[in-house]
Amino acid sequence: MPANLSARLCSLALSLFLIVFALPAFAGPFEDAVSKFANDDFSDTEEAIGAVASSGNPLAYPIISALQDGRLMADPDSKKVYVTSADGKSIDAATGQPVASVPDSASAVRLNNRLRRSVDAAVGGLTLMSPDLGMRLQAAQSVFKSHEETALDAVEGALAKETNRSVKATLGDARAAILLYKPDATEVQKLEAVATIKARGDQEALALLTGIGSDQPASVTKAAASAIGSIQSSLAVWSMVQNAWYGLSLGSVLLLAAIGLAITFGVMGVINMAHGEMVMIGAYTTFVVQEVIRTRYPGLFDYSLLIAVPLAFLVAGALGVVIERSIIRFLYGRPLETLLATWGLSLVLQQAVRTMFGPTNREVGNPSWMSGAFELGQITITYNRLWILCFTLAVFAILLAMLRYTALGLEMRAVTQNRRMAASMGIATSRVDALTFGLGSGIAGIAGVALSQIDNVSPNLGQSYIIDSFMVVVFGGVGNLWGTLVGAFTLGIANKFLEPVAGAVLGKIAILVLIILFIQKRPRGLFALKGRAVEA
Amino acid sequence: MLTKSTHDIAASFSRRGVLAATAGLMLGLASLTGAKAADDTIKVGVLHSLSGTMAISETTLKDTILFLIDEQNKKGGVNGKKLEAVVVDPASNWPLFAEKARELITKDKVAVVFGCWTSVSRKSVLPVFKELNSILFYPVQYEGEESERNVFYTGAAPNQQAIPAVDYLMKEEKVKRWVLAGTDYVYPRTTNKILEAYLKSKGVAQEDIMINYTPFGHSDWQTIVADIKKFGSAGKKTAVVSTINGDANVPFYKELGNQGIKAKDIPVVAFSVGEEELAGIDTKPLLGHLAAWNYFQSIKSPENEKFIKAWQAYTKNPKRVTNDPMEAHVIGFDMWVKAVEKVKSTDPDKVIDALPGIEAKNLTGGTSKMLPNHHITKPVFIGEIKANGQFDVVWKTPGLVAGDAWSKELEGSKDLVGDWVGKKCGNFNTKTNKCLGSGS
Repeated sequence: MPANLSARLCSLALSLFLIVFALPAFAGPFEDAVSKFANDDFSDTEEAIGAVASSGNPLAYPIISALQDGRLMADPDSKKVYVTSADGKSIDAATGQPVASVPDSASAVRLNNRLRRSVDAAVGGLTLMSPDLGMRLQAAQSVFKSHEETALDAVEGALAKETNRSVKATLGDARAAILLYKPDATEVQKLEAVATIKARGDQEALALLTGIGSDQPASVTKAAASAIGSIQSSLAVWSMVQNAWYGLSLGSVLLLAAIGLAITFGVMGVINMAHGEMVMIGAYTTFVVQEVIRTRYPGLFDYSLLIAVPLAFLVAGALGVVIERSIIRFLYGRPLETLLATWGLSLVLQQAVRTMFGPTNREVGNPSWMSGAFELGQITITYNRLWILCFTLAVFAILLAMLRYTALGLEMRAVTQNRRMAASMGIATSRVDALTFGLGSGIAGIAGVALSQIDNVSPNLGQSYIIDSFMVVVFGGVGNLWGTLVGAFTLGIANKFLEPVAGAVLGKIAILVLIILFIQKRPRGLFALKGRAVEA
Repeated sequence: MLTKSTHDIAASFSRRGVLAATAGLMLGLASLTGAKAADDTIKVGVLHSLSGTMAISETTLKDTILFLIDEQNKKGGVNGKKLEAVVVDPASNWPLFAEKARELITKDKVAVVFGCWTSVSRKSVLPVFKELNSILFYPVQYEGEESERNVFYTGAAPNQQAIPAVDYLMKEEKVKRWVLAGTDYVYPRTTNKILEAYLKSKGVAQEDIMINYTPFGHSDWQTIVADIKKFGSAGKKTAVVSTINGDANVPFYKELGNQGIKAKDIPVVAFSVGEEELAGIDTKPLLGHLAAWNYFQSIKSPENEKFIKAWQAYTKNPKRVTNDPMEAHVIGFDMWVKAVEKVKSTDPDKVIDALPGIEAKNLTGGTSKMLPNHHITKPVFIGEIKANGQFDVVWKTPGLVAGDAWSKELEGSKDLVGDWVGKKCGNFNTKTNKCLGSGS
């Protein structure tokens, strides 16, 4: 049809005109590449990423970054691709023209891990010159990670213009990584690269140096080998520090779980097998608090744990008082029966929670200040573990202060030391018993709030901590809070130093055997109570 | 396949407590059902833990069977008779599984039993099913190395899950270095033995394989995740193949997310993490980690959409997820119904002989077939975890994979086959032409 033909000629002329002005709008290589995103085929998507990233088109960055965040929509029918943004505006990816709406048949372009790596590398290459400092740093890091040869010019260009020190250092590392893996780089360049990477001294540097292969000049291989040796020996020292940190962190979890038991079992002498369930109830309280916050006040989510702590204390504490009043007080002095009764109680509580909340795990989210990690030297410290350690120590200090400086604390100590004497001094011992048990249970509830951040929130949560808690209290010395503290950290650190050597299973067994042997030697634990309480 | 911590004192107490409680409950139930039992119903036993540690996984399967029975009865039942479910609670207690199985078969006279999750529970009921000659449908992926006349395995054998997953990582992600991480019990140990042999046959060196076992319910993953990170920094692409037990997965993935191990750096492919397990985790940091299954809820097929709709209506929960073992029960139940209709009887011998060769639609758009070794054909899918707790299928096998009862990778079992049609033997040695004793 002549009309059609003339239209085509016209568009051809127009597109030629536009290409001259470097503004491709009609069917050109760029548009072809973009339309490949609509094929829903991973290898096509990969080609498209490469073509778009190297096109130099101003739309390249919006497209690739949209792909990274799942905002790139493709319509398989019309082969049209759209860039959407959070504020609801969308543009046609091929032309950059705004579109009123994205058709319903369009879906987000899918990625797999291999493509995610290509996307990261592409974004890195495109944002090396970004005015935003954080973005530049991230870009330099992702180029360092991918160290693709094609990025060399961009890195060198950026390096010449960069003024920020840390970005510049990372760019230097990225350049070294690229050169190290570039087959036609000179020996001098490679030796320099090895030295630069050696200076990083971290695991990524080690990975780069180990992976260079054997087809390198002899001097490079030798330099790399010596660099690997020195990095490894410095990392070995760091790994000791790391083990110590992990041990502290595990110890804090053990202490948190055991601290309530140190009150009910240690101070009161009640073998409370339902202790773990108090922890579980604290965790479920956190879940309920978060659910309410999610549906009603989403802005408060970061404070959910702070709100959950007092609530969990009250819920678990109140339940503890009820348990003491209704069951335990009839069983004082009969440890075997207490054990069986509280064990039965723990099953009842578990099944009750299972009926109310269902048998599956419940999701308790991490607030933003408890997610992620930071690097300290060559070790990674995760925020949730760090906060739990601080939290545990705070709870311990508060509890200690309470026992020492409050009237209730004084009464508790009096009752445990000599019940009859305390009673004749006018202390309502049964009220003190109920409150002490409530305090222990409430602290277990608080532990549940923290443990919900690192463990399953399921009806079985408590069971996994009950054995460990008894172990800590018995090892540390019954009736002594400081013993519980030292016991928990000793077990935690010992466990973490054994684990890399013996494996997790054998490590746990070894700890158990050591405790048994220790108890043979010192039946009253690390810090034995002396005085009348022992005979009571 | 999954087993939970039962070695502690705690569990042994729980066992007794629950045993007493459920025994009482069951007595009441039995007298109830006994009174109204009549010849016009066919009884179907459901042997899944509803309390104790395994309730987390098994309760859903009980509901699945009740749902399937309900649907079948709406269609008029089987052979003109209505189906009637007999539900018992073995309370995550392995010896109790055997007792409850015996009770179902002798007292309630069920025609078939759908049940078990852990391998140890299956092993504990095996002698009962053999002695009393009844039928068990077992719906969970397991370590293989078994083919019994009275058991039909509708879950995946290792060659229907583990091996294809490793193949995917090798081809698509170019993985050269492997961490095999698992919980310390029979399923991970056997699967890892098979995988190790398979990887070595593909030319992977011993120093590029790291095997790690952890106790049940392990919750402190800091050291192991750091070890994985270290192992992964040897300049070769590294992946983790995880046979970590359901409950320990949440802290494992949380630690991975917190220590910043992204799927694009070190992907983790899991064999026991499904939609139900992910319900307890914030999945945003896990984007891109993988799971290998024979079914995903997100798979688009008319059968699946219909099933999910009916299931969510039945459970009155529009958010209720579906998972792989549920689909296995759907297929197994359908096969059993077809076999019973074919022989017009629920006589175990007739049904057992009729089952091999029976075909049933699976929910992913194919047709599964019961094989002579009592395993079924299944498609294998690799899915990536998405931010909404579902999986996005990134790869699947071109066709259906036939389940191997005996692994071809292991020295001791590569010559064995299970054949209950021709040879009437569960472990027939093709080299010596002899049945090794598990005959009928």
